[in-house]
Amino acid sequence: MESIKKSFDEFYSHYARESLEELSEEIPFTITDPSLSNHPIIFASHAFLNITGFTRDEVLGRSGSMFQGSATCRRSVMEIREAVREERETNVVLVNYRKNGTPFWVFLTVSPVFCVKSGAVVHFVAVQVPLKLRVYGGGGSVVVNHDFMFRCCRKEVCSDSLVELDRVSSRNQVLDLEHDDDDVTDLESEEPREASDDERRSAVTAMDNIFSVLTHYSELTGRLVCRKRCSNPAVGLLSSSLIISLGRIKQSFVLTNPHLPDMPIVYASDAFMKLTGYTRDEVLGRNCRFLGGRNTDDSALQLIRESIKTEKLCTVRILNYRKDKSSFWNLLHISPVRDATGKVAYFVGVQIEDAYKIEEYRQCWKPDMKQLSVVGAVKAAVRSLSMSAGSSKT
Amino acid sequence: MMLKIKRVPTVVSNYQKEEVGEAAPRTVGGCGRNCLKSCCIQDAKLPLYAFKKIDKVTEKDLAIHECQEELPMAFLDSLVLGEWEDRMQRGLFRYDVTACETKVIPGECGFIAQLNEGRHLKKRPTEFRVDKVLQPFDENKFNFTKVGQEEVLFQFEASEDGEVQFYPNAPIDVDNYPSFVAINVSPIEYGHVLLIPRIFECLPQRIDHESFLLALHMAAEAANPYFRLGYNSLGAFATINHLHFQAYYLAMPFPIEKAPTKKIATSNGGVKVSELLKYPVRGLVFEGGDTLEDLSKIVSDACISLQNNNIPYNVLISDCGTQVFLLPQCYAEKQALGEVDAELLDTQVNPAVWEISGHMVLKRKKDFDEASEANAWRLLAEVSLSEERFQEVNAIIFEAIALTEELDDNVQCLPKDDSVDSSTYPTVVAGSQECVVLQ
Repeated sequence: MESIKKSFDEFYSHYARESLEELSEEIPFTITDPSLSNHPIIFASHAFLNITGFTRDEVLGRSGSMFQGSATCRRSVMEIREAVREERETNVVLVNYRKNGTPFWVFLTVSPVFCVKSGAVVHFVAVQVPLKLRVYGGGGSVVVNHDFMFRCCRKEVCSDSLVELDRVSSRNQVLDLEHDDDDVTDLESEEPREASDDERRSAVTAMDNIFSVLTHYSELTGRLVCRKRCSNPAVGLLSSSLIISLGRIKQSFVLTNPHLPDMPIVYASDAFMKLTGYTRDEVLGRNCRFLGGRNTDDSALQLIRESIKTEKLCTVRILNYRKDKSSFWNLLHISPVRDATGKVAYFVGVQIEDAYKIEEYRQCWKPDMKQLSVVGAVKAAVRSLSMSAGSSKT
Repeated sequence: MMLKIKRVPTVVSNYQKEEVGEAAPRTVGGCGRNCLKSCCIQDAKLPLYAFKKIDKVTEKDLAIHECQEELPMAFLDSLVLGEWEDRMQRGLFRYDVTACETKVIPGECGFIAQLNEGRHLKKRPTEFRVDKVLQPFDENKFNFTKVGQEEVLFQFEASEDGEVQFYPNAPIDVDNYPSFVAINVSPIEYGHVLLIPRIFECLPQRIDHESFLLALHMAAEAANPYFRLGYNSLGAFATINHLHFQAYYLAMPFPIEKAPTKKIATSNGGVKVSELLKYPVRGLVFEGGDTLEDLSKIVSDACISLQNNNIPYNVLISDCGTQVFLLPQCYAEKQALGEVDAELLDTQVNPAVWEISGHMVLKRKKDFDEASEANAWRLLAEVSLSEERFQEVNAIIFEAIALTEELDDNVQCLPKDDSVDSSTYPTVVAGSQECVVLQ
């Protein structure tokens, strides 16, 4: 929860909350942070909470997919996912669900928030204008068990899956169909709804208003944001979709970029922070050597350098130091990671703290299956998520 | 008359011989190469992942997903990708697929093109019979019981006590019909694996209810919409006549998944049946269902009717096992009859399930550099049945699924099937524009 609060305050300061509270009564919207694990909601407006029937605490930290269910159009969800991947605006019409399980149609507009300086996407704003009721056949209330929706969310939170994004586990969707009573069927059989011009206009105005608050307050914090990408992404910047994917991997690892001077860390996992005691800001942009110290073995470092030079994988057991100067044996596995062009784009280093202090075994350590899983998941994510060049939407 | 095409067979195992039927030199008795035969299997141990079988999807069954973190193994990331990376580090693959360039072809559909120059190398073209969708298992030809143990990643089965189980070192109980997940040594994407249902039963490439349900369970278990399974029937570019599904992870929507659909029916079990629109290959989409079994039943009935009627087809299982695409095709037959444009044949692209779904594996640099949506569309349009034939085939499918699944009133808006006498199907010979099926 701390990181969720920080995610908002660091860009807009807590004063922005007050201004947003005013808009908040009128406009149903959420703000999400793709750089946090699971791409959670970090701000939800009053109007949004009113419509969905959730409390703020039930929503903050959760994935936006918690509002989706069986009647939610897969293609709309796919479009949102694509827009997030491509870091662009989009709008779709889709079915969301309230806490009590009743479905409702919204016109959803999503827009990335860019950091002026780095060109990175720092947040996404999603404005959800509920569509005016048209005739629903059947009548009667829809009894979709909302407990099950909570489970979806929990599952999302815990899930280790790679890029599952904005999406309720489809297993749960199967379940949802069990409540195949009139209303849900009606939702399904109904032709895809269109937003009226009025509804579209109000979404545009709402988005404009939100952005004017966000940009205004970002001037005060000195961390300027804007709606259109105003600078080319800084060299070596990871896309938000890659960060979202990597955020799902629960083990300690870092990505380093060999094409940048001194091969800095460009991504570090939450587990890495926990293991080493550093914060993300303290490690991003630095070479990994700061983990070494007085008693770090030169021959291990030599092996690492060799593996990077030859683009080969290696496993070493090396003495590393935490921020508090305490040392630990790091069973480190390093592997090159290629992007969609087939070239080495990063090296992934996976750390496992090795409790056994038997240095003699150093040479014959094999990577642990957990480490290989991280390497596999990272390779798959980097490759897939660098394919967007010349993508389908222009 | 027998229809055959010549093509370079895909090498899926390091134990596959250069030519099918070629006498394989084999050492005998505890042969020392850790194969799956009785000589080596007795003492063998492989990881075993037992998934929780959901007979009725009830709330109770979902409880397990609340705490996936506590599960012994996250199925996709930890098990499939971890074991796969292990085999990669052991050098079991013919090439590093992550070194193959891949791009999205500009355009509305977003076809994905991969340049893979290594996949077909060092293989001579072999003749394949393409006019028989069902052929008996031939133990003299390559089959998955001939692979080495190191190519098998784990055993995959339904859990007996209804809870997810993982055993890192489980003995192989041959009498219990284990299903294996093995690597494809010619992967088309990172994590490309084969699911071989009840491997020791030596089933030919033919869909049955139980095996198809197993494939859906694997997709559901991965719980990731980007982990998909595919199936090619004989005559639709399967090269090995030993029952298997393929699967891999690619975090991109496939063009086929983005294509609009038109709903044509809903089954009792809540399975929605639609027709693909605005896509070069005509096909059906099956979605949802009250339980995984409902979806499995209706799709496998459809597949069974196709194979019994000798119609080649491909199947794509996507969206965590909740969405299945069924695509009857006739490319191989056209190819055998010399009706495919030489230019298309030159690309040597075999339009199997992945190509049809929009992930094209190209073998020549030239084709990769010049890849365009128009080219991809043109190739896939050749794969598709004509509209008329497609409607005939649909009639066969709907007759089959109606036998077992009562369809609701919507079914009446299906194409009229007055003109179709299903008893004539296996031997129907249509005009030259159509798929010709000769027996």
